[in-house]
Amino acid sequence: MYSQGLIGADSSTTESEEFLAAFQARIDREEKIEPNDPMPEGYRRTLVRQIGQHAHSEIVGMLPEGNWITRAPSLRRKIALLAKVQDEGGHGLYLYSAAETLGVSREQMTEELLSGKAKYSSIFNYPTPTWADIGAIGWLVDGAAIMNQIPLCRCSFGPYARAMIRVCKEESFHQRQGYEIMMTLARGSEEQKQMAQEALNRWWWPSLMMFGPHDSDSTHGDQSMKWKIKRFSNDELRQKFITATVPQAEYLGLTVPDPDLKWNEETKLYDHGEIDWAEFKAVVSGNGQMNRDRIRDRNKAWDDGAWVREAALVHAQKRADKQHIAREAAE
Amino acid sequence: MATAETNVPAILEIADDCLILGHRLSEWCGHAPILEEEMALANMGLDLLGQARALYAHAGELEGKGRSEDDLAFLRRERDYVNCLLVERRNGDFAHTMLRQLYFAAFMQPFWREVAANSTDATLAGIAAKAEKEMAYHLRHAGEWVIRMGDGTDESARRMADAAIELHRYTGELFMASPARQKAIADGLLPDPESLRGEWDATIATVFAEAKLEMPEIRVMQKGGRDGNHGEDMGHLLAELQFMQRAYPGQTW
Repeated sequence: MYSQGLIGADSSTTESEEFLAAFQARIDREEKIEPNDPMPEGYRRTLVRQIGQHAHSEIVGMLPEGNWITRAPSLRRKIALLAKVQDEGGHGLYLYSAAETLGVSREQMTEELLSGKAKYSSIFNYPTPTWADIGAIGWLVDGAAIMNQIPLCRCSFGPYARAMIRVCKEESFHQRQGYEIMMTLARGSEEQKQMAQEALNRWWWPSLMMFGPHDSDSTHGDQSMKWKIKRFSNDELRQKFITATVPQAEYLGLTVPDPDLKWNEETKLYDHGEIDWAEFKAVVSGNGQMNRDRIRDRNKAWDDGAWVREAALVHAQKRADKQHIAREAAE
Repeated sequence: MATAETNVPAILEIADDCLILGHRLSEWCGHAPILEEEMALANMGLDLLGQARALYAHAGELEGKGRSEDDLAFLRRERDYVNCLLVERRNGDFAHTMLRQLYFAAFMQPFWREVAANSTDATLAGIAAKAEKEMAYHLRHAGEWVIRMGDGTDESARRMADAAIELHRYTGELFMASPARQKAIADGLLPDPESLRGEWDATIATVFAEAKLEMPEIRVMQKGGRDGNHGEDMGHLLAELQFMQRAYPGQTW
């Protein structure tokens, strides 16, 4: 799961006018760009950055939901949640592989995540204090991610677009399981309903922030749109998400925590209240409630696993040597 | 012959083994040493939790008291869980986790094979046919890692040897038949675990040889799980597992 909030890649590029025009012509013909095709350096850099952030988001995103696997309330929920979090890890794998086609290694990208240099989706810097947060994440966070990722299935870079097709199918399943958790809570006891409402209150605004700054404040959108990495602006996607989600909340009998939210008959869209961009900036820059914990957990897993990875490499080398000796002896 | 209600305790032994080990594997989620192992550990955990679910549902039906799979999985007292001690051992490092998995899978794969082929209980035989394939994968995966770590670096070899000394003493219980188990054996539901010892010994010896690991000499095997006498880690595991069901009794999730 991921959204387009914080790409911030430098898309400046130094190729000749002629090269750029030929590349743009391919993009405009809706041809897919493949890893070995000529491409502007800025295009490559933007994609490495975006796919890397997307992959990191999947991996860090395993932590807030993983927080509830051992406490899931039924066997069915426990299995569904473990499978879902496993899917997120799988998305991370595809995405790292897609980025590797552009000449950057998974190790390099991992290092940038662990050192805090690479960004990941800020939404995962919020805590999951209750079971209802698992429902709300599936419903809202995966729902917001889908809004962003469906257009990415048509992204001009082939490996990314193809990875997104499977990812979207799985995310859509996740979104439904999240909504089903919310539905069960909303139809349950008073304390379950309250748990669901509180989770909606916690996740609504951060979910809207997942789409990134308003178009008027977003500096990097234009070139990505031109190269068809991105197909819709931040505000367009945010509106789509609100329009799809508000009736779902109504169906649950829950209240969206925005007193200014109302249907606009003229625009056929919901007008919504002001997003707290100061909070957004604080979380993006490392000052959310869980930023430090997330990076610490990722670093701990990586450091604790160092001896395992080293053992695997050394063993593989021993095995290769043995085969080599056996082959020489046979000759 | 129809499986009797008196066989429920024997089925619960296996169901509890699967639940508790599946739960332990799920604790790794997000913390594995490598992304591919995130996938594999979750996969193995999912297999075991799936097996547990099928077994609890079957046990609940046989018992005929209206207890659901969740009642059995979440709402018993610690003393009433009858898993073997091996599966409740804490994860420790990756060497401990993989060796625990190897020990268990090397027993369960032939165990399920026998249940699938010979059980008088058609439901159990059906569960077994699927579970055997799953455990064959666990056996291969865990075996490969034990070999990698045993014959890897000095550190990984030391950690592997520590894990063997720590965990080998819990393997004896796999072959002990509680009175409940003896009844199920007599009724033709389950194989005698003792009959699987030769195969288990051979599997473990092969992996250990390739891993350059010494077989620890354990004089006294630990036991007690089948009687509900668990180690100190078990209560903490159950505190997490049962948290929601205990904190919000009688609700639907």
